[in-house]
Amino acid sequence: MSSPKNIVLPYAESFGAEKERLPGGNLSWLTALRQDAAEQLARHGLPSRKVEAWKYTSLAPLAEKPLRLAQAGDAVASVSEADLPEIEGTYRVVFVNGRYRPDLSARDAAPEGVELRPLSQAFDSQADWLEDRLGASARPNGNAMINANTAFMTDGCVLCVKDGAAVETPLHLVFVGAGGAADGALAHHPRNLMVAGKGSKAMVIESHVAAAAEAVYWSNPVCEITVEEGASLDHYKIQDDSLGATHLSFARATIAAKGVYNSFVLTLGAGLSRNEIEVRLGGEEANCRLHGAYLVRGTQHADTSTFIDHAKPHCDSDEVYKGVLDGKAKGVFQGKILVAKDAQKTNGNQLSRAIFLSDDAEVNTKPELEIYADDVKCSHGATAGELDDDSMFYMKARGIPEDQARRLLIRAFIGEQLDDIENEPLRHHLEKLVENWLNKKF
Amino acid sequence: MLEIKNLRASVEDKEILKGVDLKVNAGEVHAIMGPNGSGKSTLSYVLAGRDGYDVTDGEVDFLGKDLLELEADERAAEGLFLAFQYPVEIPGVDNATFLKTAYNAIRKYRDEPPVDAMQFLKLLREKQAKLGMGDEMMRRPVNVGFSGGEKKRNEILQMAVLDPKLAILDETDSGLDIDALRIVADGINALRSPERAVVLITHYQRLLDYVEPDFVHVLSAGKVVRSGGPELALELERDGYASIVSAAA
Repeated sequence: MSSPKNIVLPYAESFGAEKERLPGGNLSWLTALRQDAAEQLARHGLPSRKVEAWKYTSLAPLAEKPLRLAQAGDAVASVSEADLPEIEGTYRVVFVNGRYRPDLSARDAAPEGVELRPLSQAFDSQADWLEDRLGASARPNGNAMINANTAFMTDGCVLCVKDGAAVETPLHLVFVGAGGAADGALAHHPRNLMVAGKGSKAMVIESHVAAAAEAVYWSNPVCEITVEEGASLDHYKIQDDSLGATHLSFARATIAAKGVYNSFVLTLGAGLSRNEIEVRLGGEEANCRLHGAYLVRGTQHADTSTFIDHAKPHCDSDEVYKGVLDGKAKGVFQGKILVAKDAQKTNGNQLSRAIFLSDDAEVNTKPELEIYADDVKCSHGATAGELDDDSMFYMKARGIPEDQARRLLIRAFIGEQLDDIENEPLRHHLEKLVENWLNKKF
Repeated sequence: MLEIKNLRASVEDKEILKGVDLKVNAGEVHAIMGPNGSGKSTLSYVLAGRDGYDVTDGEVDFLGKDLLELEADERAAEGLFLAFQYPVEIPGVDNATFLKTAYNAIRKYRDEPPVDAMQFLKLLREKQAKLGMGDEMMRRPVNVGFSGGEKKRNEILQMAVLDPKLAILDETDSGLDIDALRIVADGINALRSPERAVVLITHYQRLLDYVEPDFVHVLSAGKVVRSGGPELALELERDGYASIVSAAA
């Protein structure tokens, strides 16, 4: 069905042929869930720019591309262990083209306090548990990312942190996109489910990478997160997909009383990317922090869209996203904060800052505050501009050449986002990625 | 060392410098005084190479090189240092890293090998101690959260570390209390040497009580209208700028 508000996605039709091969086919609830999602995807397609939430990001290029769901055979694509991102002291689980690869993953038992299983196995071993949770917070609806993922999901990570567990080893989930070419892209739809049990504390790092620089694929991860009472979850995501890739991700986190959700997203890759995060602060004194940085160049398009639902009183949210844009790159930041009527004593701060390294780069920012309570503190700010002239001259007047001065200022700008990351190997890993980006420029 | 001939410069088509002549030899300390709006800061920015100033006429020779042809960083590497009237705050870049980057950039320009962190720290500590600045200040971002006096001391520290041949100090005395003024003046005096020249740009006589100049120039409406010895500064302090400026006009 075509309307000005949607773009037909021919890929949706492949569901009929694929459904028999999708995992968990013996579970009637799952089959129904997939069927519903596939129908919604066929009906709604992809949102066009006439849809307010997609005003600045066009998905038309994705619909034009021949897409094929990555099969089990595609998952054995040659990926060398040495090329995978490695962060010291973490427990790594690897997925290639959306499917679990035990041979590339940690072989020892999962860290103490954690239950971890690939979704494809969880369909067999914990189907009842999944039935209550899968799709509970990311239900098929008008959201094309959820619809596509729910219809076609093949694998992902199911993670449970036990009540009261303080998990010392961070979990590192690596999603590799491989194969595809200019005449057609492989689609994969990782589905992750994370539950941080009462009073627990854990860290999850996602890395999204390409097996080869020329790989062409559509990565469509969806993550459902539950942070139970008093629990704390640090969630890092590094999106370093190939420039030929389209990365459309959706995450929804529900935070109970006194729970803490810290999200950090570093966006470096993909020609077209959208990182959509929804957080529901669903209990008193629940807090969330959504931070991130994006460094893009060429014709890259990086969209960050967030929605924070302050449903209860005494909750804090803090958002800071920073971008560095070169060439003809485009950035989008849309941040909505909703404060419910009885969510008194809410603190909500939002900041979006961008630096342009060229005249042709562009950023669109749309903050949106919707406040129904009367005793709240909410703020938003947005800046976009070139590197500060005064700082540049000051550095040059001390003998630092132009490029080196620019580099130092950009590193400082992004560094402020990384400085408070306590996990040293992770911080170094992120700093190195930023450094590599800068090396290509200067 | 520095020879300025008939220097004319404009900002946004407004002529600020209207034919400045000045000659500074190694070993000398010159003071450039003048009322507000006379072009003192413009002169310092034009010499340091700031963007946004159009040089419309004249020439500047610095150690045998055409200064105006060089980029700001090249001028610094050739040995010119400008202490800023309003030092810039740079969040996210710590003082020590900033100075080490500058120090090694200048060494690179001169085809000298970079110094490592340990060597640099030793040099920095030595200069820091003389200015009463602790390690803690070196770990803080450049000038961020510094008091007015700390910012000026930081300028003097940078000057001491980078060891320029010509130092231009733009209103370094402004906003300093008497103790800070003494520390800054001691820092400048410590750099006086037969190989180095200093140009003090100042509105008041005050700094000159502590750093005695060899020559004093009065800049007014974009031109040097009078030059003399230290006694000229005293005359200005006594009679104000009005009489000299009107006599020149």
